[in-house]
Amino acid sequence: MSQWQNFTKGFLKENPVFILLLGLCPTLGVTTTAINGLGMGLATTFVLVMSNIVISLIKGLIPDKVRIPSFIVVIAAFVTVVDLVMAGYLPTLHEQLGIFIPLIVVNCIVLGRAEAFASKNTFVTSMIDGFGMGLGFTLAVVTLGAIREALGAGAIFGFKFISGDAILIFAMAPGAFIVLGYLIAIVNKMNKGVK
Amino acid sequence: MAKNPSNFLNMVLTLFVITFISSAALGFFYEQTKGPIAKVALAKKTKAIAEVVPSFDNDPLKDTFTVDIDGETLTFYRATENGKIVGTAIETFTKNGFGGLIRLMVGLLPDNTIDNIVVVLANETPGLGDKIKKSKSNFSDQFNGKNPSSFKIAVRQDGGDVDAITAATISSRAFCDAVERAYTTYQKEMK
Repeated sequence: MSQWQNFTKGFLKENPVFILLLGLCPTLGVTTTAINGLGMGLATTFVLVMSNIVISLIKGLIPDKVRIPSFIVVIAAFVTVVDLVMAGYLPTLHEQLGIFIPLIVVNCIVLGRAEAFASKNTFVTSMIDGFGMGLGFTLAVVTLGAIREALGAGAIFGFKFISGDAILIFAMAPGAFIVLGYLIAIVNKMNKGVK
Repeated sequence: MAKNPSNFLNMVLTLFVITFISSAALGFFYEQTKGPIAKVALAKKTKAIAEVVPSFDNDPLKDTFTVDIDGETLTFYRATENGKIVGTAIETFTKNGFGGLIRLMVGLLPDNTIDNIVVVLANETPGLGDKIKKSKSNFSDQFNGKNPSSFKIAVRQDGGDVDAITAATISSRAFCDAVERAYTTYQKEMK
């Protein structure tokens, strides 16, 4: 697999949300608006890239039996850094995302890529994988957030295009499931067509 | 690549080194972000005070006193205009929240009427208890303009005058507890 394929596989072919169905908790939780989705996506991307880099570098030093705790410590450290930096410099976004930032630690995408990819591949490949997967996740949550914001609040990235209330259910939890379900169906249909 | 064998010494050493480096890195980032985070907290407090009392021309953060009660601290911020007190912002608390501690900023006018209340800190359940926040519902608006001497600060189930949030009675009760504490302490201090 070329590095380019390695990078782009996260967008559609192995999209973490639409195909692998990993990390659905933050996906459903924070995507009430496109901006929230973007913030969450970029924070996760940063953690993915950094943890993939570190784990691919130290993979030879970690005894097999303690690899999961070691990975989690590395991931948790980067998540805490993101949390602190966001609290200091992006307070409004930090408040919006709330508990979901610390919860990146247990996001299956991050540990999944560490275990399934970074612990078996080289530094550069792992970095590209983390970046591609992170952007794929960002793409998914921004799409979901934009659709829910448009239908639920009548706005895109905070700019209202209708006055008054929209279809409120899309701003709430059931709307997240409905939109995600349709998106998964569409992406799978597209992938089938490619094959 | 040859893996380190999983014997006891290797495992202990690896985990020790990884946790040690991680905590050192976190300590560094904590120091780096301490300043900005404190600034954000201060700005939030200033904004909360400005929201709960009428317009003022002093710096309430400087005209302040504290009262220790129930193992925590109530902080009073006096807002004055032309030297006359226009309101007191009271940073109050309750430990009865569904998610533990809740901190509120309660604004009282000189005639003891509640001007406005904003949530400073709360870990209530999203979608239920977090409706105590202004951004989620207008629950806290029902206190505005009420005088606690004629408006009993307790949810209706407890014989008070406050409409509780549906399915979040514990959070509503806790909210009332915090407001009540601010009011009674204020009464005591003003005597």
